Amino acid sequence: MANKNLKLFVNPLNIDNPILVQILGICSALAITVQLKAAFVMAVSVTLVTGFANLIISLLRNSIPSRIRIIVQLVVIASLVIIVDQILKAYVYDVSKQLSVFVGLIITNCIIMGRLEAFAMGNKPLPSFIDGIGNGVGYGIILIIVAFIRELFGAGTIWGIKVIPQSFYEMGYQNNGLIILPPMALIIVGVLIWVQRSKMKELIEKK
Amino acid sequence: MNTNSNLYIFIYSSVMVILVAATLSFTAISLQPLQDKNVEIEKKQNILASVGIEADANNAEAEYSKYITASFVVNSKGEKVEGIDAFKLNMAQEVSKAHDTRNLPIYICKKNDNQYFIIPLRGKGLWGPIWGYLALESDLNTIYGAVFDHKGETPGLGAEINQGWFQEPFLGKTIFNKDGNFVSITVHKGGKGSAAAAGDLEHGVDAISGGTITSKGLEAMISDCLTPYENYFKNQKK
Repeated sequence: MANKNLKLFVNPLNIDNPILVQILGICSALAITVQLKAAFVMAVSVTLVTGFANLIISLLRNSIPSRIRIIVQLVVIASLVIIVDQILKAYVYDVSKQLSVFVGLIITNCIIMGRLEAFAMGNKPLPSFIDGIGNGVGYGIILIIVAFIRELFGAGTIWGIKVIPQSFYEMGYQNNGLIILPPMALIIVGVLIWVQRSKMKELIEKK
Repeated sequence: MNTNSNLYIFIYSSVMVILVAATLSFTAISLQPLQDKNVEIEKKQNILASVGIEADANNAEAEYSKYITASFVVNSKGEKVEGIDAFKLNMAQEVSKAHDTRNLPIYICKKNDNQYFIIPLRGKGLWGPIWGYLALESDLNTIYGAVFDHKGETPGLGAEINQGWFQEPFLGKTIFNKDGNFVSITVHKGGKGSAAAAGDLEHGVDAISGGTITSKGLEAMISDCLTPYENYFKNQKK
């Protein structure tokens, strides 16, 4: 049992990663990965929302009338997202301003709805919760990797702290403005998918 | 139990909605004070930014009380209005009133022995509200600093009004012409160099190409928000 739960948590981190394998949640992955701090806050927010949405839906799963189950799922997700948004506004105001509409758009993040329909509706609360957290973390890891690359090369900083020494700039080094733009995020995600597939042969489709 | 009967669905959704509403209201109400505090700090940061003082969220309060020595409200005749807190005034409400009935907030800043007058602005952009702060030098004519911000202007176009390259050209411009008449600031359409092309370097700045409606909204905002202060400015200069 414990082994099974562990798998639920670990699988989304690599072989079943929501971004790299299921290609879900791409839009927010492109939009808020310019800075590590914003990406981190987004990752934590999504993880909490997937985890608790899964838990709540799983607890309710036998009582939810199947005809309105999507509505019930949406209400649960939406209320969790509003709570997260309120907390961000209260405690990390500058980050919440940066994330702006993307916090609200967590509601439409396909990962969350996907996990509710595919997993929480048919499984017990604990595995559902672990599955939700796992998928959130799997999503978050990719966000953080992409944001790390983009912030380092795009702005020369990590978590807002300058890491590329001034002497580099004096020698003619320049921040890469292109990497700040969304298309480069897509290319970075593409490269990550490539790296992962070359390491995990079982993900490669047969011709 | 039949979970697909209409009655069940009806009761289920009603109970769910009431529970959710209660949870959300509780969260909103309990976090309200903290959120208001953040908005207040941001406002103070903006006011300080208009006189060129960079403050972060931690020292904004201290810097604000150090530099902003007074804030008060005047009416369109230029007389002080007692009993209204300039900082708490709702600008959105004020700008919707006619010029002669508005409460006009002014912040006084003292920096390096110079006195600056900071005027809050609020108006309409293309998609939603825009706002800002204009700092005037003690001659109440020359612009010492300007900050603008917006709710949701087009990124890369209208949204650029909160960038330094757009705000810096305002510095040194004057809002009264040589005859002492109020002319406000004109934003010249046509991108870079258009204010110079129009021969209006004293009272004009360049608009953002592609962001004309936001730029024009900003021009209207400055004129609309400064006009009622005219009497106050004239009284001060006497």
